[in-house]
Amino acid sequence: MLKTVVSVALPVGEHLKIRKNVIQGNHTGKRLCVVTGTHGDELEGQFVCYELARRLNEGLEHLHGSVEIYPALNPLGIDSIERGFPGFDLDMNRIFPGVQNGHLAENTAYEIVQDLLNADMVLDIHSSNIFLKEVMQVRVSDITAETLVPYAKLLNTDFIWIHDAATVLESTLAHSLNINGTKTLVVEMGIGMRITREYGERLVQGIFNLMQSMEMWSGENDSNIANSEELNKTLSNKTRNSSEPTIANSILSTNGEVHFMNADASGIIIPSALHSSFVVEGERLCQIVDPFEGKVLQDILSPVDGFLFTLRTYPIVYEGSLIARIYEEKK
Amino acid sequence: MKKEILFELKSPYRDSFKIYGYRFGEGEHTVAIVGAIRGDEIQQQFICSQLVKNLIDLEKNNLILPNHQILVIPSVNPFSMNIHKRFWAMDNTDINRMFPGYDKGETTQRIAAALFEQVKGYQYGIQFPSFYIRGEFIPHIRILDTGHQDTESAKCFGLPYIMLRKPSSFDTTLLNYNWQIWETQAYSIYSSATEQIDKDSAKLAWVATLRFFAKKGIIQYSGHSGFISSVIDEESMANVVSENGGFFYPKVTVGQDVRKGDLLAKILDPYDGSVLSELTAPVSGVVFFAHKQPIVSQNTMLYRVL
Ligand SMILES: [Zn+2]
Repeated sequence: MLKTVVSVALPVGEHLKIRKNVIQGNHTGKRLCVVTGTHGDELEGQFVCYELARRLNEGLEHLHGSVEIYPALNPLGIDSIERGFPGFDLDMNRIFPGVQNGHLAENTAYEIVQDLLNADMVLDIHSSNIFLKEVMQVRVSDITAETLVPYAKLLNTDFIWIHDAATVLESTLAHSLNINGTKTLVVEMGIGMRITREYGERLVQGIFNLMQSMEMWSGENDSNIANSEELNKTLSNKTRNSSEPTIANSILSTNGEVHFMNADASGIIIPSALHSSFVVEGERLCQIVDPFEGKVLQDILSPVDGFLFTLRTYPIVYEGSLIARIYEEKK
Repeated sequence: MKKEILFELKSPYRDSFKIYGYRFGEGEHTVAIVGAIRGDEIQQQFICSQLVKNLIDLEKNNLILPNHQILVIPSVNPFSMNIHKRFWAMDNTDINRMFPGYDKGETTQRIAAALFEQVKGYQYGIQFPSFYIRGEFIPHIRILDTGHQDTESAKCFGLPYIMLRKPSSFDTTLLNYNWQIWETQAYSIYSSATEQIDKDSAKLAWVATLRFFAKKGIIQYSGHSGFISSVIDEESMANVVSENGGFFYPKVTVGQDVRKGDLLAKILDPYDGSVLSELTAPVSGVVFFAHKQPIVSQNTMLYRVL
């Protein structure tokens, strides 16, 4: 059943509407909310919403409780290919929990949070930006890791990144909900403005794992999806978690270190290494070149043996542009 | 005056990106001034250019007092201004939300880090910024209430109002906030305009800055002594928010006195011109902030009355 969470009049004959589809199972149970589209250029979550709704509609007799799907928290941004909330300065994922009597965007953020509070679980799906490709991962801040990692492991991702809790990140949707006791997992995967079907299918499978563990799903959950082949070949046994066979073996970032690689020159990137592959120390990730003179400005080499989980695909870089993130496992 | 390149960054195809500094006087690092950080802060850069012009004159006449150094940085972001963008053109990030910066991070984090390296450690920091909600303000000094602020010194600007704002978590990456954390007394001066030059309010801002210098014994300067400032808490203002979308039809402007119940504005139907709502003053006072665009959405802050 479609419900309108926020409806605000725009200047000329249109309403900004944030809507959700409440899929009610045939049995009582918990409430899971799947939200995406805060950043208007991140579209990977669109396939996940579609596929999840499709499968649930076919199996309502196995659903205990309700799954609420919010495909577009920033509908104006998505429909106009704009990352932010059009006409507003701040990143929409930096204004939560919002302000009840605040500006349009701040008030919208407030209403979203009010609607999500009291869910048993919220899943917030992001997809990087137009510059960087991300492996399928769950991001968890260190202060919520203890509670969330057991759930994060169910989601079938390649990687679970536990990061520091920076003050500025206190204004994200996930933080605002987590500190209010509403468990919220953030998934990052793929790349902006594109849909990576493989990731979408794996995540939907992960959502069914999650629902099973929350006793929300009693139907089949058989598509035995695991990590990408590359990952399975190379993963050491140490980093695997020993869960049921239907669950992928996510690498947990607490066992190692994340290395950031930024450009030291401005120019054009010519790629070498493949995204989500394992690279060895000294291996070339890419080159920054000068097309006028045919010169290499910087040879970017991996500083360690590790898992290349973030890689820049957008070719123009300035000094400082993020090129890659590599996860190094500690032996 | 010494003109210096404080930071330079190569671009793939444009001229290199440069931040220039204008240094006056010698000795103690007394005041650092930062103008446009966003590409549409034209008024803010104009104010700084006028300050540079005045300081060149003052220095020529030996009116900068000994052991005081003043650094003015009129533009931190010529790249965005030159192509009519508010934020960094490549990734739409806001340099003023990257402080204290990170010299090994993303481009705008590096710019912020380089700027902060130059302006930290001064006794006073003055910034001419614009606000994240668009509209017109009564010219005022804005201070983030971090617990380190010096409100008394702010009175030396002689502007009528000093506004205290409780920082939200998203304010912790502002230049002003980080200045205070690094023990510089930081003041943001808001004049009424941003994308346009408003000469009168620009002059008010640079004269207030020179007045501050004079009262703090940094320069010798005799001008109008200014107003006795009142210190106000941002949260004490009464907000008027739109209940409809449509044309914004204002009846009062910034700086005007209003009585409780006075008509402030109407919102008109954008198709047939009928009145959708009439907004009245919730309290008696002075209009401190007003929405400026001719159209509004519902839930838009239209006025703040003090
Ligand atoms: Zn995002």
